[in-house]
Amino acid sequence: MPLLYYLILSGILFGCGVAGFLIKRNIITIFMSIELMLNAVNLSFVAFAAQWRAFSGQVFVFFVMVVAAAEAAVGLAIIIAVVRTRETLNVDDVNLLKL
Amino acid sequence: MTPNLHLWLIPVLPLAGAAINGLFGRRFSRQIVSAVALAFAGAAFVWALWIASQFSSLTSAPYHETLASWIRAGDFRADFAFYLDQLSLVMLLVVTGVGFLIHLYSVGYMWEEGGFYRFFCYLNLFMFFMLTLVLASNYLLMFIGWEGVGLASYLLIGFWFTKDSAASAGKKAFIVNRIGDFGFLIALFLLIKHFGSLNFDQVFASVTPLSPETQGAGLLTSIALLLMLGACGKSAQIPLYVWLPDAMEGPTPVSALIHAATMVTAGVYMVARSHVIFDRAPAALMVVAIIGTLTALFAATIGITQTDIKKVLAYSTISQLGYMFMACGVAAYSAGIFHLMTHAFFKGLLFLAAGSVIHAIGGEQDMRKMGGLRTKIPWTFWTMTAATLAIAGIPPLAGFFSKDEILWQAYSSQYGSWVFWLIGVITAFITSFYMFRLWFMTFFGEYRGASGEEHEHAGHGTHLGRNDADALASHGHGGIHESPKLMLIPLVILAVLSVVGGWVGSERFDRFLSPVFHPNSTVIVGSPMGTPPPAVPEQRNENLSESLMTAISVGVAALGFLLAWLLYYRRRDLPGKIAHALGGLYQAVLNKYYVDELYATLFVKPLVDGSSKLLWRGIDQNVIDATVDNSTEVAQQISDTARHMQSGNLRSYAGWVAAGAAVIIVYMVWIGVR
Repeated sequence: MPLLYYLILSGILFGCGVAGFLIKRNIITIFMSIELMLNAVNLSFVAFAAQWRAFSGQVFVFFVMVVAAAEAAVGLAIIIAVVRTRETLNVDDVNLLKL
Repeated sequence: MTPNLHLWLIPVLPLAGAAINGLFGRRFSRQIVSAVALAFAGAAFVWALWIASQFSSLTSAPYHETLASWIRAGDFRADFAFYLDQLSLVMLLVVTGVGFLIHLYSVGYMWEEGGFYRFFCYLNLFMFFMLTLVLASNYLLMFIGWEGVGLASYLLIGFWFTKDSAASAGKKAFIVNRIGDFGFLIALFLLIKHFGSLNFDQVFASVTPLSPETQGAGLLTSIALLLMLGACGKSAQIPLYVWLPDAMEGPTPVSALIHAATMVTAGVYMVARSHVIFDRAPAALMVVAIIGTLTALFAATIGITQTDIKKVLAYSTISQLGYMFMACGVAAYSAGIFHLMTHAFFKGLLFLAAGSVIHAIGGEQDMRKMGGLRTKIPWTFWTMTAATLAIAGIPPLAGFFSKDEILWQAYSSQYGSWVFWLIGVITAFITSFYMFRLWFMTFFGEYRGASGEEHEHAGHGTHLGRNDADALASHGHGGIHESPKLMLIPLVILAVLSVVGGWVGSERFDRFLSPVFHPNSTVIVGSPMGTPPPAVPEQRNENLSESLMTAISVGVAALGFLLAWLLYYRRRDLPGKIAHALGGLYQAVLNKYYVDELYATLFVKPLVDGSSKLLWRGIDQNVIDATVDNSTEVAQQISDTARHMQSGNLRSYAGWVAAGAAVIIVYMVWIGVR
């Protein structure tokens, strides 16, 4: 399997993640799109690591997964708080993030 | 052994008076204010007299006194230093003497005025600057005094500053003088550039070896002409005389002191002081003589038609100043200074007496509403008669001697010409005519003004509203009344001086001033290079023609009297008919040859239009203001756009993040490709 295939798959996944992140209004979907982008990056990390036989790339993937897990915990907690106070998942209705 | 004269006291004393009255006068009573002003002005006069008594014992003729160093830049030095020679001594005595008398008179005249302390503060301040001007030992200090008297003149013309005409007259005087000062300043710069000094001694020492600029005009001619421009402004000569008639808006004592006796003669003094330069610039001398002669005639003709008593005297002052410049222009400086002195006596007296007349009839200045005042105010009448005879040149009064000397010099001097003499004689005739016209109109015939009772009412209320300068000086008490003693004493003293002031004789006066005007060194050093400056007038049939000319000038004075007697006493209907017959010419003279209107069209209007339309609306509003306004507009629009980027909408933030990332990626790819 050449490296290019992995990178193309990684790019497609990342593109889907960006598109979903920009287009979708449901905050859960946006959250999942972010996860998709992270994992697309993880895929390219491991692909390069296998190609160059370098373990640092694989170690990095673990770090990313740990951070993503932590982020998921915090993010879901915030989403639950938002849903409780506003009773909506639509990000367009949550527009107080400004001065 | 030269005694220490403490010259500095003379200017500083009035300054102290001005400071005391200016700072604390508001709390003082009128008595204290006048006591302070009189004490300091009087002390200056007494000190000047003491100096005069010491003067003959001085060993070194120009007495120097350096008070403090002022400007030292490289080789250039200008100090607070005073300089006393025969010329400044004469000026000193005239300024302090006449000044003190007018202070005395003002106490009576201004007694009922508001701003009493302010008036005396300005008056003392004027004395300070005038004495600085006269005593200065370098041109720069002289210029300080020169500007200072201009300031005092401005303040005093606009003394009744709530009146629009007085305020604008003050501004006019100040602005017209700026034009002259511009010339004076350029002359000073030229002196610094070419002689490296402004001290009289050094400048004159450097100029003396130079030969007269007979072939074409050079440096000295330009300096002399620029100095003359300054003198034209200060001494109200053509073309800058227009401010002086308007300056009559000030209180009458101010007109007497500043605009007749002292300040306006500063130009004559300056030209006489700079005679070393003028002597070596024949072309400039010619210009001085022509300006003086023309001014003398021109102003005198306007004087015939004026009906305001102070305006007649104002034009008469301009005319007499013209005589002084005529004398300076033919290098007869001592004759000019002699006339300056006698003129200070009789013109100061004329103004004070006119003030007394105005005071007597409750603020009226129009001669057509006077008449028959001879018996009602006898003291004023007799002193005014002395002054009128003096200015008309009737022997043996002061004006006769000085004017006769000027006319003789205008004819016989090396630079003289019969043209100057002829115009001078014609002017003498006109002078005599308009002065006796004033005299007859004011003191003879029937009283043509409002009656005493009406005056009383007018004096109480409506005068403030009238457009009449000295209406404000009017008292509440009705009827025609002689002025208080305080005003009459200066009148009498000046009348005595007007009578005897000329008896010193022009030759003795000339001999007294000769160390200033004909120093031996000038002739000796100047002679090898060309014609020397005139030491003595040429001797051509002197005795015969001089007495003939004296007879002629006395004759025209008498003729003027007769004509005035005929027109304004005997046949009162004639002047109206003559004026009617002359038609347009009379109108032109009555309107002062439309010079004010001409200046308004030529200079004032383009300036006002240029500054209001072009500079204000054009450049200031359309360019400078517009730039500022537009840049704020642009900043506002940009920030308005930028403000909307922060919408609070998460998805737009996400978009910006994505866009930013895209830009970075594109940039990295571009770098990689390159």
